[in-house]
Amino acid sequence: MSAALEMENPIGAGARTKLNGFVHVLRDNGFVVGLAETRDALTVLASPDAARPSRLRPALRALFCSRQSDWQKFDELFDAYWLQRGMKSATRISGAPQTSPPGLQTQAAGQRGFGESDQADHVERGEGSEVSETGQSKREGASRTELLSKTDFRHLTQPEDLEAAHQLAERLARSMRARLTRRMHARRSGQRLDLRRTIHKSIAHGGTPLELVRRKRKDKPLRLVVLLDASGSMNLYSAVFLRFMHGVLDSFREAEAFVFHTRLIHISPALKERNPQRAMERMSLLAQGTGGGTRIGESLATFNRWHAKRCIHSRTCVMIVSDGYDTGPAENLGVEMQALRRRCRRIAWLNPMIGWQGYAPEAAGMKAALPHIDLFAPAHNLDSLEALEPYLARI
Amino acid sequence: MPQEQVATQLAAVGYIPDRDLAMALWLMESLKRPLLLEGEAGVGKTEVARALAHAHDTRLIRLQCYEGLDQSAALYEWNYQRQLLAIKAREGSDASAVEEHIFSETYLLERPLLAAIRQDKPAVLLIDEVDRADEEFEAFLLELLSDFQVSIPELGTITATTIPRVILTSNGTRELSDALRRRCLYHYVDYPDVDREARIILSRLPGIDTDLALQIANMVSLIRKEDLRKSPGVAETLDWAATLAGLEIRHLRDDPETVHETLMCLIKTAEDTARMTREVSDRLLGKVA
Repeated sequence: MSAALEMENPIGAGARTKLNGFVHVLRDNGFVVGLAETRDALTVLASPDAARPSRLRPALRALFCSRQSDWQKFDELFDAYWLQRGMKSATRISGAPQTSPPGLQTQAAGQRGFGESDQADHVERGEGSEVSETGQSKREGASRTELLSKTDFRHLTQPEDLEAAHQLAERLARSMRARLTRRMHARRSGQRLDLRRTIHKSIAHGGTPLELVRRKRKDKPLRLVVLLDASGSMNLYSAVFLRFMHGVLDSFREAEAFVFHTRLIHISPALKERNPQRAMERMSLLAQGTGGGTRIGESLATFNRWHAKRCIHSRTCVMIVSDGYDTGPAENLGVEMQALRRRCRRIAWLNPMIGWQGYAPEAAGMKAALPHIDLFAPAHNLDSLEALEPYLARI
Repeated sequence: MPQEQVATQLAAVGYIPDRDLAMALWLMESLKRPLLLEGEAGVGKTEVARALAHAHDTRLIRLQCYEGLDQSAALYEWNYQRQLLAIKAREGSDASAVEEHIFSETYLLERPLLAAIRQDKPAVLLIDEVDRADEEFEAFLLELLSDFQVSIPELGTITATTIPRVILTSNGTRELSDALRRRCLYHYVDYPDVDREARIILSRLPGIDTDLALQIANMVSLIRKEDLRKSPGVAETLDWAATLAGLEIRHLRDDPETVHETLMCLIKTAEDTARMTREVSDRLLGKVA
């Protein structure tokens, strides 16, 4: 295969630099590669047994991959870097997105239009922060927040309003997450006698069980699975929702997220990216190819078949965010909803259009899904998102 | 040729690894790092550890993980009954002497992790389905796997006599922590390809006809491509092969009826049984060369 590889001295500075470059490419693509792995890779390169090109790939793969998604991406990145093959796709992945799907375009535009200082300003204003110099700006900040939280996302036309709404959505999600997790600890109850530990303690008293040790049964924490419609008809809402989901998911392990349009895409790994902007970038790449019809039924079928077993346990709430316009047959959606209903604790369907005046769920897909839904709620502004918390806390 | 050596060693005990797995195992050996195996149920992850132990002629120590698994079930436990008996038997003697006596090795019950680091010959430690254990346990494992020592409050620190070869498996019920993943080498175990599966059948069922083994492997790989809820694993393939060999079938196509009837060795849910009709099995059989 690569003659270039064989010519290089395996432990020379050239190889070292080349390896470092590869590690960077991997990190850019979401691999978790630390110093220890790089050091081990150098050891491997230095060993005459493994430094041959045919062995390099499997050796580096075992070292640098740490999950299935890495495993699937590895070959392409390896070829692109070491064999200069398929470079185009590799640069596309690590660089900025060329095109964004409709659902994410507004989001990307909002972010591109604003520099760091602008964003910081909005954070302060959003919080009604003390840092604002004048009382007037403080008041303005408060009223703006209030206004923003009541405005339907589709009426947020100014990029700065949209950005502020995004940031509020994210903050709301974070505080909700924190409170939900706390409640989960407080609710742990159920007392049983732990015989093993009681006997252990009684050894100290010569076998008389003076101290009774009780065991608390641990509740499974609430888990959220979010399925977000990223089709054209939803694009004004899905951008804000992605940000909201980022807030819920980032560093919160009991959550999974998917977007769907004509197919279903798992986006949890991208949402675990700490930096919201980078997360959005990665997601817009994942969600490429949006537009066209929405196949809710089919996407749900994919979820039920491939993801449900892993994602859903007894305390799971599945949240579907969609306007319910399914281009597939409505019966399919009904059947899949029923299957999903059997698996999880609650299904909440959030429909931005509920917030509109005179809305009635007339779409065939929405009608078919309704009998299997526990909560049918609006999600057109920040207030409606906040209203979800008490519901989730009860699960 | 290190990986080839690993591959040969494993093949000698009936496990046919692919090249990448052989490389991962060699790295595990030379870097002294645990190896995390992920993949669908039934692809033979556990079997890797068993073969490895067999090849090195050493003990396989298995820790099956489950929700609520804690240190006392995984690491060590005191034998309370014996301790109580000892206390009763020595009633009246000096308390501190009794205490010293009952917290000694005699009363210590080894659990898999402690056993694994106290072998004279490096054992193979299989931590099976680590994704089923709680996150707390995963964190505890990290400490053990990096230091290979254990502190028991009543006894002191126990350092590993030998460092075991550690294999962890995960089915992906829960996302594992980055910390654990980073500590391990990684290999994604997929279903074997037709050729490798045929070789697996041949190595496990030595009497079987080579041609039949190939046909079986072919058929199973076609079934895996069908839209089934539970794809057949390697163990199921072996069951089916044994059944067919037992029925003295030479060519699958000669007897489509029997083939269809024995497919229950491979199909494990009612839904899949309904889906795998005679028409489907005949169609697949038509594709088997």
